[in-house]
Amino acid sequence: MNTVITAPAGAIAAVTVTGVDKVFATRKGEVTALSGIDLHVAPGEFVSLIGPSGCGKSTLLRLIADLDAPTTGTVEVFGTSAHQARLDQRYGIAFQQAGLLPWRTVAGNIALPLELHGMGVAERAARVAELVALVGLGDFASTYPDQLSGGMQQRVAIARALAEKPALLLMDEPFGALDEMTREYMQSELLRIAAETGAAVVFVTHSIPEAVYLSDRVVVMSPRPGRIAGIVTMNLGRTADRADDLREDGAFFEMITAVREALHGSPVSRARGVETR
Amino acid sequence: MSGSAAVERAPSGAERVLAPIVLGVVVVAVWQLLAGSGLVEAYLLPSPAAIGDEIVAFAPSMLSAGALTGLNALIGLIVGSLVGIALALAASAARLVDGMLAPVVAALAVVPIVALAPVLNTAFGADAQTGRQLIAALAAFVPVFINTARGLRQTLPVHRDLMRACAATPGQAMRVITLRTAAPFTFTGIRLASSLAVISALVAEYFGGPRGGLGGLISTSAASSAYPRAWAYVVAAIILGLAFYLVALGLERLVSRRR
Ligand SMILES: Nc1ncnc2c1ncn2[C@@H]1O[C@H](COP(=O)(O)OP(=O)(O)O)[C@@H](O)[C@H]1O
Ligand SMILES: [Mg+2]
Repeated sequence: MNTVITAPAGAIAAVTVTGVDKVFATRKGEVTALSGIDLHVAPGEFVSLIGPSGCGKSTLLRLIADLDAPTTGTVEVFGTSAHQARLDQRYGIAFQQAGLLPWRTVAGNIALPLELHGMGVAERAARVAELVALVGLGDFASTYPDQLSGGMQQRVAIARALAEKPALLLMDEPFGALDEMTREYMQSELLRIAAETGAAVVFVTHSIPEAVYLSDRVVVMSPRPGRIAGIVTMNLGRTADRADDLREDGAFFEMITAVREALHGSPVSRARGVETR
Repeated sequence: MSGSAAVERAPSGAERVLAPIVLGVVVVAVWQLLAGSGLVEAYLLPSPAAIGDEIVAFAPSMLSAGALTGLNALIGLIVGSLVGIALALAASAARLVDGMLAPVVAALAVVPIVALAPVLNTAFGADAQTGRQLIAALAAFVPVFINTARGLRQTLPVHRDLMRACAATPGQAMRVITLRTAAPFTFTGIRLASSLAVISALVAEYFGGPRGGLGGLISTSAASSAYPRAWAYVVAAIILGLAFYLVALGLERLVSRRR
């Protein structure tokens, strides 16, 4: 499979995962969540992780975010350890549940990381205004999360993740709970935001069309133990140039088929019409 | 929302206020008729009018008695709540402390706190309010401790992850997430504690110590067969308890609005 990255020569990778295993010790014994993971993400690149639930997508993202530590292997973010990168706030993260603080307004939620890192009040207000506009929530700065729709809450979470202008955005099924129409809209918005900020994105999803539409490359994972089954490069042009009409394009469907084949194993079984799970 | 009107309509604000008032007026009217009819002996059930007369006649004494008992209850509530919050924090920080405190709190929760009144009254001397305040504090401590300890365990995993992703210090995570998540629980505890503090401060006065509180006056009035006056002080005690409860309820509502 084609895994050549179109990064400027000599640039430090946004993410480098080398020989990573992750074993959880549970009461019922050891669970191998990830096995032999190698992955590179170039600066500005959009990479999706896709696979059936339980294949370790969230675990891999959490390792990159230094929310968990690998059992073996190393994770580097912009040339430093994932741990140092977290302390240096080199990445922003958005979770499946938006994880907003219900007692804070939209502006208060977005300001949280800035506040924690001691940014001054005036500077903070200016940055929050910028971010609120970036995610298109201009009229809702003083609204509380419980008054927002799911899609709007996710936009707040994305704005919060972007607060420190990170060059890497980590997202774990951020649109998983949204209806199809809101979801497609959010995908386009995300591509616009990624283009505007120039951030690399590692995006977890279990939707094939979503992965295809958003990504430069789609990393296909398989379960028990979680491995990378293949990496499919999306030959659909620059992500920044993609628009909704791409969803009806023949090339788009070809890429969907390519990812599906990588997910389900050999294309041969498909040709024979054999049901694959 | 106001669509299917007749079927399941929430009661309006006016209805919610009016209904109990109407019920209260009816009850008082029936009571007055019953007391005036001679069917019930006056010492068993003084008429509302007689009680009302006593309230007017003894208004200054009621105010000062209410202030005295109220201050004891307030000091007890504040001290008990602060100790409850502090110990709940200690218990959540160290499992060992949690294990040590759990049986003590369980014991405190089942001992009728007022049973300690004679002991504490004697221990702190006959002319001190300290014993009463301590009893109110003990009564207030239990619900505040239990609810705060529960609240400190409610932090969402996604919020913990967020704090870690933001490289927040433990102190920041405590302030921004843990304490704020626990606050509505703590204030529920304080609401429960508010009534207990008033009742305890009041009942503690039945067991000696300085005169002048509502509890003391209820017992002396009853002892001298001044039943309407005793009931008048009971009314004052109800109002005092209600005041504590409503203020605590307001605080709880304020903190729980967004959670
Ligand atoms: N904290 C944990 N403790 C024990 N097992 C875990 C933990 N987190 C994940 N796992 C296990 O690791 C595997 C991968 O989980 P996860 O990364 O959440 O999968 P995905 O996100 O792809 O659905 C699953 O079998 C899951 O049960
Ligand atoms: Mg997951």
